[in-house]
Amino acid sequence: MNWSDAHISDVLVIGAGLAGERVAIEAAMNGHSVTILSLVPPRRSHSTAAQGGMQAALGNVAQGYGDNPDIHFEDTVKGSDWGCDQEVARIFCEQAPVAVRQLSQWGVPWSRVVPGKRTLPDGTDIEDLQEKAGLIAQRQFGGTAKWRTCFAADGTGHVLQYAMDSVVVKLGVTVHDRCEAISLIHDGETCFGAVTMDLRTGEIRPYLAKATVIATGGYGRIYGTSTNAVINEGTGMAIAQDTGVVPLGNMEAVQFHPTGIVPANILVTEGCRGDGGYLLDKNLHRFMPDYEPVKQEIASRDVVSRWMLHHIRQGFGVDSPYGPHLWLDIRHLGPEHICTDLREVHTICQNFLGIDCVEALIPVRPTQHYSMGGVRTNKNGDVYGLKSLFAAGEAACWDLHGFNRLGGNSLAETIVAGMVVGERVAEFAKEQSLVFPFSLVQDAMAAQAQRLADLRSRKNGTEDAFVLRHRMEDTLLNNVGIFRTAEALQEAVTTLQGLYEQAQNVRLRSSGLGPNPELLAALHLPGMLRLALCISYGALQRTESRGSHYREDYPRRDDDNWLKRTLAYWKPGAPMPDLQYEPVNITELPPGSRGYGEMPIDKGE
Amino acid sequence: MADRLLTFSIFRYNPITPEIPPRMQEYQLEETMGMSLFIALNRLREELDPSLMFDFVCRAAICGSCAMLINGRPGLACKTLTQDMPDRITVMPLPVFKLVGDLSVDTGVWFRHLNVRTEAWIHTDKVFNPEAIEERMDNPTAQAIYDAERCIECGCCIGACATANMRADFMGAAFLNRIARFMIDPRDERPMAQYFDVVGTDEGVFGCIGLMACDDLCPMEIPLQGQLAFVRRKMAQMALKCARCK
Repeated sequence: MNWSDAHISDVLVIGAGLAGERVAIEAAMNGHSVTILSLVPPRRSHSTAAQGGMQAALGNVAQGYGDNPDIHFEDTVKGSDWGCDQEVARIFCEQAPVAVRQLSQWGVPWSRVVPGKRTLPDGTDIEDLQEKAGLIAQRQFGGTAKWRTCFAADGTGHVLQYAMDSVVVKLGVTVHDRCEAISLIHDGETCFGAVTMDLRTGEIRPYLAKATVIATGGYGRIYGTSTNAVINEGTGMAIAQDTGVVPLGNMEAVQFHPTGIVPANILVTEGCRGDGGYLLDKNLHRFMPDYEPVKQEIASRDVVSRWMLHHIRQGFGVDSPYGPHLWLDIRHLGPEHICTDLREVHTICQNFLGIDCVEALIPVRPTQHYSMGGVRTNKNGDVYGLKSLFAAGEAACWDLHGFNRLGGNSLAETIVAGMVVGERVAEFAKEQSLVFPFSLVQDAMAAQAQRLADLRSRKNGTEDAFVLRHRMEDTLLNNVGIFRTAEALQEAVTTLQGLYEQAQNVRLRSSGLGPNPELLAALHLPGMLRLALCISYGALQRTESRGSHYREDYPRRDDDNWLKRTLAYWKPGAPMPDLQYEPVNITELPPGSRGYGEMPIDKGE
Repeated sequence: MADRLLTFSIFRYNPITPEIPPRMQEYQLEETMGMSLFIALNRLREELDPSLMFDFVCRAAICGSCAMLINGRPGLACKTLTQDMPDRITVMPLPVFKLVGDLSVDTGVWFRHLNVRTEAWIHTDKVFNPEAIEERMDNPTAQAIYDAERCIECGCCIGACATANMRADFMGAAFLNRIARFMIDPRDERPMAQYFDVVGTDEGVFGCIGLMACDDLCPMEIPLQGQLAFVRRKMAQMALKCARCK
């Protein structure tokens, strides 16, 4: 290793989505030199794909009058099925309005309140008052008592990311795109940065910093069938866990979004249902009121997804060459509404289904969407187990979402966590001096160089990275989905363990030189399999149902035994995760009824 | 459409092996129902040639990563369905941008540079007050800003632009649109003249020779020629005003 190759800054942020950029901005505004690493140019991050919006208790619209952070807090805790950290939820709900308003100053074109009377699709008459004209508008999302989701037409994530990145550009924050962190540099106590691969050349380099932040988003791609972008492979979580001392929290908590389109698995926003859309079955019957008389289509995502799959299992799915699906009907919202506030939905339907959703039904089914679990941090974003390491956003288990995230709380989390963790990082970096143990960095570099050399030269290997990967995807999809049983989960664990062993024996068909896609696939595979095992094994051990984790053999929430968070460690060289547990922080709202998802699910053979 | 055998002719060149000259390579693949270039290229990579480089991120025409020359026209590969294409499909990297390898080009550095050059952020002296409620804006203004902000920086308008292909310093439709976006935003306190310092040049609005490929090919269907005309009109108005006051 050549020392002149080392890139040194005060703060190293891995990931340039909304959470990473917001942390970077906070640190840069506090005078630190900041480097952001990103697989892709920041404006291509998966944050941009969030269509729906961002929850913040502003109380600006008729159906939101009287809203406040207390109500937002209660919705969030109920949504999480009491799995979230209530101290974190409190911080979040108080700060979300500030975050939304600051973004407005940074240029986000939030949709605004237009005063006047109108009638909602369900016949309710509402009136937006003149005194609220021009304030930030809000729409309805699932599992909320008030209309609280701030939005910018149909492209909220896109405009948030563009505004956020414009501030990064303005502040002159260094961004190295096409750059991937492939391992963390640490001594078991402190993190000193990361070994990274330049995805333009394939070369590796050390990036050293006083504080390192993981903001790499979710792992949806390990399911194969997912609404996630193709870059969402959970690499940030994997390299953190790979240190042996950092746990991943609640990995068994996996969200399935009710409306992924079939067969492209692209998300259409919850705004469709929030704005009054219906779910229909093969008989064009609107079935959600049968199961959820109060919340209907806008119960929380875990509940709606479960009923949809249940309804399909009862034989009411629409048959297609890609398996059974249901219909999303937004026709009654009218062309004007569809072509403005739901324009992206309209475009997606046109591009990927060849249909006009003003006139046609949209084929949908629940699809893997979000990871509530991630790198476990405290309320300030400090990662458990390693000093100088922080995490924020979907990659983290801050734990705002517990076992189910509410729609509109993820964009909000990226930004609020970005603010909170950013402040902590800025303060930490001020107190810290730049010290790097030379041999540690050298060893970390040598280890990664060796790992790559081994992959490139292993000519007697027998396994194909892509084939193993597809087996992992199928295993998770079939055995670790919405409905879970001990039998299926055990089978998944066994299969994944086998695949993990096989992954050590991958042989490349190509040269593997440079930023070779096959080399990257082989490089990511073991980490992805470790995440898959944490999810499956965690789910197997958790003998209760909570939020998105639904065990058919244990269909009830069990607060006596399971009001706790799973912490999955991976000791060096171990074949399986080591699961530990910690209590859930309940400060305000003791476990009780969610107000939806209470009707028992009849398995119906 | 079933049972069609598609031939893909794909541009190959990897800068780390300069001794192998750029070339077109052919692959064949059986078409499947609803096949997009996202599906096809991934199958080619996994089944036939794992070294093939290309970029996809969202695969839903939202992120702008996968702009390529598809049968000679810039477009997003993820939303290009093979059923709309002939049996033979030629795919090349987008011109103007630096080649990373095969179909992958470096749009990130190019766009960041232009964002810096045009100072594409809100210029304001206002200090954020976390205690205050937001400043009001009427919804049509918010929508108009949003309409321009929909650009996904995919680079189709740049790759398709004759001027951008001839001159490296032309900012292209993406940035004339971006400037228009800030001009209509009441939060941006730049005086008009400051915008024109940036775009009132040959590298800006006067570089356009009006071939309109940008407008034809924008995957977001942003009216790019309209935006260019808007900026020019604003400039003319200001010039007239100044002439009168002299």
